[in-house]
Amino acid sequence: MMHANWEGFRSGAWQDEINVRDFIQNNYKEYHGDESFLAKATPRTETVMGKVRELFRQEREKGGVLDIDTETVSSLTSYAPGYIDKENELIVGMQTDSPLKRGVNPFGGIRMARQACEAYGYKLSDKVEQEFKFRTTHNTGVFRVYTDEMRAARSCHVITGLPDAYGRGRIIGDYRRVALYGVDRLIQMKEADKAEIGKQDFTAETARASEELYQQIAFLGFMKEMAAMYGCDISQPAKDAREAIQWTYFAYLASIKEQNGAAMSLGRVSTFFDIYIERDLERGILTEAGAQELMDDFVIKLRIARHLRTAEYNELFGGDPMWITEVVGGMGEDGRSLVTKSSFRFLNTLYTLGSAPEPNITILWSNSLPEAFKRFCAKVSIDTDSIQYENDDIMRPLYGDDYAIACCVSAMKVGKQMQFFGARCNLAKLLLIALNGGYDLNSDMHIGPQMGVIEGDVLDFDAVMERFDGYIAWLMRLYVNTMNVIHYMHDKYAYEKTQMALHDTVVERLMAFGVAGLSVVTDSLSAIKYAKVRPIKNAAGYIEGFETVGEFPKFGNDDDRVDQLAKDMTHKVITELRKTPTYRNAIHTLSILTITSNVMYGKNTGATPDGRGNGEPFAPGANPMHNREENGALASLNSVAKISYDDCRDGVSNTFSITPDTLGKTEEERKGNLVSILDGYFAKKAHHINVNVMNRETLLKAYENPEAYPNLTIRVSGYAVNFNKLSREQQREVISRTFHESI
Amino acid sequence: MLRIHSIQSLGTLDGPGVRFVVFLQGCPLRCKCCHNPDTWDMRGGETLPVDELARRAARYKEYFGAEGGITVSGGEPLLQAAEVYELFARCKAQGIHTCLDTSGSLMNESVERLLAVTDRVLLDVKYTDDADYRAHVGCSLQPVLDFLARLNEREIPTILRQVIIPTLNDSVQNMERLCRIRDAHPCVDKVELLPFRKLCQSKYDALSIPFPLADVPEPDREIMSRLTALL
Repeated sequence: MMHANWEGFRSGAWQDEINVRDFIQNNYKEYHGDESFLAKATPRTETVMGKVRELFRQEREKGGVLDIDTETVSSLTSYAPGYIDKENELIVGMQTDSPLKRGVNPFGGIRMARQACEAYGYKLSDKVEQEFKFRTTHNTGVFRVYTDEMRAARSCHVITGLPDAYGRGRIIGDYRRVALYGVDRLIQMKEADKAEIGKQDFTAETARASEELYQQIAFLGFMKEMAAMYGCDISQPAKDAREAIQWTYFAYLASIKEQNGAAMSLGRVSTFFDIYIERDLERGILTEAGAQELMDDFVIKLRIARHLRTAEYNELFGGDPMWITEVVGGMGEDGRSLVTKSSFRFLNTLYTLGSAPEPNITILWSNSLPEAFKRFCAKVSIDTDSIQYENDDIMRPLYGDDYAIACCVSAMKVGKQMQFFGARCNLAKLLLIALNGGYDLNSDMHIGPQMGVIEGDVLDFDAVMERFDGYIAWLMRLYVNTMNVIHYMHDKYAYEKTQMALHDTVVERLMAFGVAGLSVVTDSLSAIKYAKVRPIKNAAGYIEGFETVGEFPKFGNDDDRVDQLAKDMTHKVITELRKTPTYRNAIHTLSILTITSNVMYGKNTGATPDGRGNGEPFAPGANPMHNREENGALASLNSVAKISYDDCRDGVSNTFSITPDTLGKTEEERKGNLVSILDGYFAKKAHHINVNVMNRETLLKAYENPEAYPNLTIRVSGYAVNFNKLSREQQREVISRTFHESI
Repeated sequence: MLRIHSIQSLGTLDGPGVRFVVFLQGCPLRCKCCHNPDTWDMRGGETLPVDELARRAARYKEYFGAEGGITVSGGEPLLQAAEVYELFARCKAQGIHTCLDTSGSLMNESVERLLAVTDRVLLDVKYTDDADYRAHVGCSLQPVLDFLARLNEREIPTILRQVIIPTLNDSVQNMERLCRIRDAHPCVDKVELLPFRKLCQSKYDALSIPFPLADVPEPDREIMSRLTALL
C-alpha cells in the first residue's frame, strides 16, 4: 500500500500492516554528534511560554488548581476548543476549553470526583451528579465484590494505593499510529478484526472482545471529531513534521480527555518525529529553529496537562504528576542506537522552556550509546535534575527495541502490551503484623492468620522467617485476588477505549504488583539475624517496639550478608504472587517503587527492629534507609543493583542525590564522572536511577522560601516533581535523605 | 593487613575519573593545616586483610571507565608501603589503575617496590620553602624533593598538590617556586591548588586537640583563581 503523504520514506512491511517499529527501523537516521547543532528558543516560543509561566503562577496562587469545569464530564468532544495563544500556537488542542482548567472524570468513581472538587472549593454540579446517579462507576463495581478481608487489608494500609476509585492508567497507546496511518486506516483494521471475531463461537471472552472493539472504533471516530473541532483532518496520514507531531498529540490528548489514569505516559515518540523532521529539512520546508519550535510547542502542551485529584491521592502521589513519560535513546536490535537529533531536541526543551518535571524524560541507557549523547544527558542531569535513567541493556532482550516506560519504571512493548496497575503492599507493616500474630497495632485491627504473639525475649531469626513466610503467602494471594476484582471492574465500567484502539487487538497483559519498605524490612531482618532484638510489649501483650543491641550490617553498604536478604525477599514475594492466577491471564510482575508514598507508608507503620521509629518515613523505592550508608555512593548503588530484574520486571527504583562538588571539580569532569557512574551501575545490571545533582542547602532554602524557587525540580521515586508542589512532610523527607558528599 | 581509617566508594577528587579511595590510618607528620587529625594515630582505625580490600575495590571496576581506579590516601600510605604494594599489585593484576596520594616524606625499599606498581602519584607539596616546611610541618622539605626526583626517574605521572592557606603559602613567590619544581620534573603533568578548609574543626574538637589554624581565614574564590592563573 502507498499513500501520497509517505513519499520519500523507505518502504517496508509497515505499509501493509500496522507496524510503527518497522517504519522507524527503515527510516530513522542515527546521530553520533554532540549538542552543538541545537537551536535556542525563538521569540514565538518565548511569548507562548511566558503566558504559560504566568498561568502556572496563578495556579500556584490558587492553591494548586486554577479552575474546574464542574458542569461537564470530560470526554473527547465535550469541550469547545481551547488555546493558550491561538495566533502563535503550532500544535493545538487542550483538555478543556481553557489552559489549566481541569475537567471532571467520574467514570472511576463519582465520590472521588465530588471530593476532588470540594478539596479546591468547588462543588460538582447537580447535572453531573444526576447523570451518574444511575450509572455504575468502576469504584461502585469494585466495592460490590470486595470481600471483608480485602476491605480490611485496604483500611489498615497493608495494601495501599489500589486503583479502585480512580483510573488505573499505566497504559500507553501507540499514539504514533495516528500520525503514520491516519485514523481511517486504524478503523478499517479494527473493523476487520471485529469481523474475524464474529466468525467464532460466542463465549464471554469473544463477546467482550467484540464489544471492546466496538468501543475502540467508536472512540477513533470521536478522535476525528475532536481534531476537526481544531480544524484538523486526522483521517489520513500526516504529511509533514508539524502534522506528525500534531496527529500524535491529538491521539494522546484524546486519551487524557477520556481517562484520568494515574500515569498517562507518552511512549517513544522523538525518534519517530525525527524521521518527519529530517524529511522536511531535506525538502527545505523546515529549519533547525523551526524543528525545535515544533518540539517546544508539543512539550508546552504536555506541561499543561492536568488531572483533578483528591487530597488522599496527593498524599500517595505528590506533586500533581501525570507521568507523561517519554523514553529517549536506547539501542536497536541491529546494533544501531536509536539516538537521533530529535533525541537531543526533546532534551533541549529543558533549556528552551526551562527545567520541569513533565514530561517525565527517561533515558534508555546502554553502554553502547554514542558517547556524545551520554555526555549531553549527564549535562542535562547536572543542570536540571529533571531526567531519569533506565537500563536498556537488561530491558531490550525482553521487550525488543520499541518498548516504552509507563509511569516511572514499567516497561512494555508499545501497542503490544498493556499493564494492570496495582499499587503496592507494605512489607514492613506485614512483618509487624506477623510478629503480633495477625494484629496491626497502628490500626487496632486483626487481620491475616490469627495466632499468638511471637515468643522469646530475643527474636530468633529462623522463627521470625518461618512466621513471616506464612504471612507473605497469605497477603500475596489476597493481593492478587484484590487486583483481579479491580481490573475486572475497570474493564467493565471504565475501559480505556481510545488507548486500546491504539494497541493491537490481541495484546499481552502484565499485572504489576509492588512492595514498599524493602530496605526497612531488610535491615530489620538483618538486625534480628546479626544483633539482638528484644521486643517491647504493651499492656495488652502486643509488641509495640524493639530494643536492638549490637551491630548489624545494613542495606546500602555493598555487604552481601544483608543485601542477600533484600534479594531473597523480592524473590519470595514474586514467587508467592505467581501462585494465584490473574484476571485475563496477565503476567505477574513486581516493582520496588513507592512514588512519594514512602512517607505515608511510614506514617502508618509502627517502630521496626532496624531502629526506625513509629511513624517515620521509609526510604523511597529500593533505596537504602537514609544515612545508614558508610562506604559512599557506589557501595549504595551496588547494593541496590543486586536486586534481580528477573524478579522485579516492573522495575527497581533508586533515587540518587549527590552534591556537585562531590561529582568532580570542573563541569567537564562532572559530566565524565556521571557517565562513568551510570555505565558502572547499569553494567551491574541495575534497573533504574533518578539523578539529583544539588546541595541540600538549596532544598532548605526552597523549603523556607518557596516563592524564590518556583521552578526547582527534583527527582523523587521514578518521576520528577516541582519541589514546591510536595507537602511539607514530603519536603522534609526529601531533605533528610542521604546526599552523597565528600568532606 | 592494612590499617585503614575509612573507605569512600565514590571518590572523584583524588585522582582522575571515578575512584575507590582507601584512607589509611596513621601519619608521621603533624601539619598545622591537617584536615584529618583522626588519621594520625597509628593504633587507631581498623585492620583489613589486603585480599579483602582488593576484592572490594574490584567490585567497583565497572564504574572506573577509562580513567578511574583505586586511590590509596591517608594518613600517610608510605607508612604501610609493603602492604600497599600487595594491594596495588593485586589491583593491577585485575587491570585497575592505581594512584597513590602521599606527602612523599619517606623512602625505603618497600616504597621503591610500591612505586613499581603505582600508575600515578598525587604528591602533596605542602610548602615550597624548607623554612616554611620545617615551621608548619615539623621536618625538612628535602625528602619530598628526593621523592619527586625518584618519581621523575621512574616516569610516574604525577600531580603536585598544594593546600593554599592564606598568610602561609598564598604568595606569588610560593607559586613561582612551585612552578620551578614542576618545570624541573617532566613527570609532573598537573598542579592542583586546593583551598584550605576549616570543616575539620569538629574533628579537632572531638579529639580535644587544638586546631592550630583556627584563626586563619579560608581563601576565597578570588585568591584561588588569582594563584591558579600564576601556574
